[in-house]
Amino acid sequence: MPDLNKVDPSIDLTSAHEHQDFSVLSKVAVAIMVIGFLILSIAVFGPGAKYPKLFLFSSFGAIAFGSLAYTFLTYFLSPSGVKNNHITTSALTAHGWLAWIMAVGLTGFYVIHYWWSHLFENWYRMMDPLSFYVRGKQTEDWIFYGVLYTFGVLIMGIRAIVKYRHSRYQIIRTCMVIFSQFFLAWLIPSLLVYFKEPEAYVNYFWPLSFKDGFPLHFQSLLQEPSIMAKFLIFWSLGLTFIGTPILTYYFGKRWYCSWVCGCGGLANTVGDPFRQNSSKKLISWKIERWMINSVLIFIVVSTGYIWYVAATAGTLKINPADHYLTKSYGFLIGMVFSGVVGTGFYPILGTRVWCRFGCPQAAILGFIQRFFSRFRITTNGGQCISCGNCSKYCEMGIDVRSYAERGANIVRASCVGCGMCATVCPRGVLNLENGPREGRINKPVSLSDIINFEEDK
Amino acid sequence: MKHIVIIGNGIAGVTAARHLRKLGDDKITIISAETKYFFSRTALMYIYMGHMTLQDTQPYENWFWEKNRIDLIQDKVESVDYSEKKLLLASKTEVSYDSLILATGAKPNMFGWKGQDLDGAQGLYSYQNLQYIEERSHLIKRAVIVGGGLIGIELAEMFLSRNIKVTFLVREKSFWNKILPNEESAMINRHIFEHHIDLRLGAELEEIIGDDSGKVKAIKIKDGEVLDCEFVGLTAGVSPNIDFLKDSDLNLGRGIKIDQTFKTNMPDVYAIGDCAEFEVPLEGRLPIEQVWYTGKMHGETVAHVIQGEEKTYKPGTWFNSAKFLDIEYQTYGMVLGQLFDGQETFYWEAPNGKISVRINFSKETMAVEGFNFMGLRARHEVCVPWIENKITLKEVIENFGAANFDPEFYKKYEAVIVQQYNEEYPNDRVELKTKKGLFSNYIQKFKRFSLTERSS
Ligand SMILES: Cc1cc2nc3c(=O)[nH]c(=O)nc-3n(C[C@H](O)[C@H](O)[C@H](O)COP(=O)(O)OP(=O)(O)OC[C@H]3O[C@@H](n4cnc5c(N)ncnc54)[C@H](O)[C@@H]3O)c2cc1C
Ligand code: SF4
Ligand code: SF4
Repeated sequence: MPDLNKVDPSIDLTSAHEHQDFSVLSKVAVAIMVIGFLILSIAVFGPGAKYPKLFLFSSFGAIAFGSLAYTFLTYFLSPSGVKNNHITTSALTAHGWLAWIMAVGLTGFYVIHYWWSHLFENWYRMMDPLSFYVRGKQTEDWIFYGVLYTFGVLIMGIRAIVKYRHSRYQIIRTCMVIFSQFFLAWLIPSLLVYFKEPEAYVNYFWPLSFKDGFPLHFQSLLQEPSIMAKFLIFWSLGLTFIGTPILTYYFGKRWYCSWVCGCGGLANTVGDPFRQNSSKKLISWKIERWMINSVLIFIVVSTGYIWYVAATAGTLKINPADHYLTKSYGFLIGMVFSGVVGTGFYPILGTRVWCRFGCPQAAILGFIQRFFSRFRITTNGGQCISCGNCSKYCEMGIDVRSYAERGANIVRASCVGCGMCATVCPRGVLNLENGPREGRINKPVSLSDIINFEEDK
Repeated sequence: MKHIVIIGNGIAGVTAARHLRKLGDDKITIISAETKYFFSRTALMYIYMGHMTLQDTQPYENWFWEKNRIDLIQDKVESVDYSEKKLLLASKTEVSYDSLILATGAKPNMFGWKGQDLDGAQGLYSYQNLQYIEERSHLIKRAVIVGGGLIGIELAEMFLSRNIKVTFLVREKSFWNKILPNEESAMINRHIFEHHIDLRLGAELEEIIGDDSGKVKAIKIKDGEVLDCEFVGLTAGVSPNIDFLKDSDLNLGRGIKIDQTFKTNMPDVYAIGDCAEFEVPLEGRLPIEQVWYTGKMHGETVAHVIQGEEKTYKPGTWFNSAKFLDIEYQTYGMVLGQLFDGQETFYWEAPNGKISVRINFSKETMAVEGFNFMGLRARHEVCVPWIENKITLKEVIENFGAANFDPEFYKKYEAVIVQQYNEEYPNDRVELKTKKGLFSNYIQKFKRFSLTERSS
């Protein structure tokens, strides 16, 4: 029999029973990160344009180093496992003063970025060295935003990997999210520009990228002489009409929403500290269904209408409806909803406000997931103790517990398959699975039937 | 319309109320002292650690109760008058009932240790206990926890989250060794050390020492050692919370005595959950069942009984789960620290010492009788029918993948388990047949199997 008290001292970072406190080092790490943000702020007032490389590297470097060091100290030094301590008490993650400062800051950033982007001119000049290197062009507002976005996904993605390292599902998924943002949404579009091809964010397509379904888009791509342009038409239509139904049938909407999509990617990395703030109230679910389906209907109807106008006019060229709809949709949905509210309010409303209430892609994927997919979250018999962790950490505001405690599988249109409910469940109750559709939706009436394995009534 | 009164808004009482409402139109009142709204006791630790707020642990939104016409009274019941069928509350109001359900839960055991009533010494059961600990936490440099069970280790984890040093006194030679077999128990010992908890095995509390103001200042262990501390967590088990029911004709043992239909010896009075004690326990079950799902099932069943419907209490094969710091534990079938007569065991442990599978089986028939899983999730729906249908160890090992409930991409251990089996039983070699993922066919097979068994 093994020695009951044996503990291998080599795995101990500290002496046997001493509990080490890293709070001082953590504070230093946070301070370095804050200094990085300060340098970045100073840059926008002029120095950034004057000394681009110095400001670019020192600000991004300090932010990266500080946040990674903090991640390491907070999550890596203790054994792997669920690490959600102090989330409901921290001023940042529990609607405290830090959360409000951050929300105001982020929202302000989006407002300036959309409407007064010239105010960020010095930042764009600061970014020029990188931009010329990768794209062969100078920086514009969206290029700068893209770099920030990708940087955020990368750094906070590493944080998510370290924090959730006890779950291989989370590790692999987060790697894919980072890959998708870095390559599909940043490097490839940049290189396309570098090689004088049409710029395309290849992880977006209709209806989320609504323009991809509008006549003007086809017109402009068809005008391009290159093969790449033709390929991009094929790619985007293929994803909308073939990729989406097939992949969603097999894997649920998660293949897109929490593996590929950049919005989802941002939510699951930069937004991860705030995922618990999504509302779990029944009323929110009702509002969600109204809103998201209205957006979808709006997109489908307006896309249809523009094609109708184009068909009757006999040209793909810009028509007033196309122009007007592109503008108003771009403003209302693209900017106000997905940007200002969707991301700006991360600390207040949780991470997936846009995905949950406004994204037309999510609506379509959700519809397929709910009615025609093999995906479900399985509940493990009678093991649920109704603790509520799953519901709390569901970023889509699904009351997972209300299913789990009845022994009912979770088949919900909104579930993005992030897997966090299964990751945080302390009793091993939940499992994301793709399986035969038979028995996927079960409606058990009583616990006694579940644990005696009687047929669902 | 009857008036059904329930004392206690824990899982047992609330489940009873919900099912009573589903089944009929009677007036339902729940009287409970601890909190106005039902919350999950099992999540108390997460409130302290900052994973959830009290509200997050409440399975129903506040409007639920009014909508379902379940009246809530937050008050303490002082006494019950069984002949007049009425209750006296602490606020001196009286409530009369037609049927009464006692669902008063449990309370921490106090074994008469010297100093157990000092300020800073207490158990962990109620929301008030939690608030008490919260208020004192900033003063605690070292906490001593007495009693190595499920609540003790949760309390230890709670203190770790606040960087408070923990000394953990466990009377047994190894952690929770009455229930956990040696290997699993040793695994948890190692894991406790890994978290820098000062685990003292085979150590018993002698007394708690107070200062002049009546606050805890140290404890003394049986071997004479004195340890300074500001808090003592007394977590040596729980017992039924029935003190206010004593001195009446209600039949009490350790808990409130009930028959198979949850009836007490008093007319129209029932008892369910942690406070109830079966006069004659079901085969393979304990007379007092103090876990979450049994509370739920008691509540569900008693509602049917009160409405005069056919429904027998069928808790099925024993199962349970817990989490020791970062290691999850699931068990199906009765597995204790020692094997039962005529049993043998198959045990596999991963090289990292944090994942294991134990299968107990009958020496004579090779039929599996119990499972323990550490750090690996297993399907209830597969493991229990395996036990109930007396499937052999060999078949279980071959099809082990069907039981695997780990998330996607997790490392799979089916092949190494087969390999170990083949090494231990070279004359009876097996091949891996069911990999994880093909679960549903397999489940269907066993479901059908178990159903025909039952109906025949
Ligand atoms: C910290 C902790 C962790 C646990 N973890 C798990 C776990 O992981 N898995 C598991 O299966 N089980 C667990 N348990 C056990 C489980 O919580 C209990 O079995 C279950 O809550 C019992 O439910 P109940 O409804 O019988 O009683 P309770 O939940 O105790 O409810 C009884 C209620 O009645 C009230 N009451 C009592 N007397 C009176 C009176 N005279 N007047 C008014 N009100 C009164 C009490 O205040 C209390 O609110 C845990 C218990 C604790 C304390
Ligand atoms: S499914 Fe898991 S996390 Fe959710 S309430 Fe049940 S035990 Fe808690
Ligand atoms: S239900 Fe689970 S997998 Fe689905 S979105 Fe919520 S946390 Fe993610």
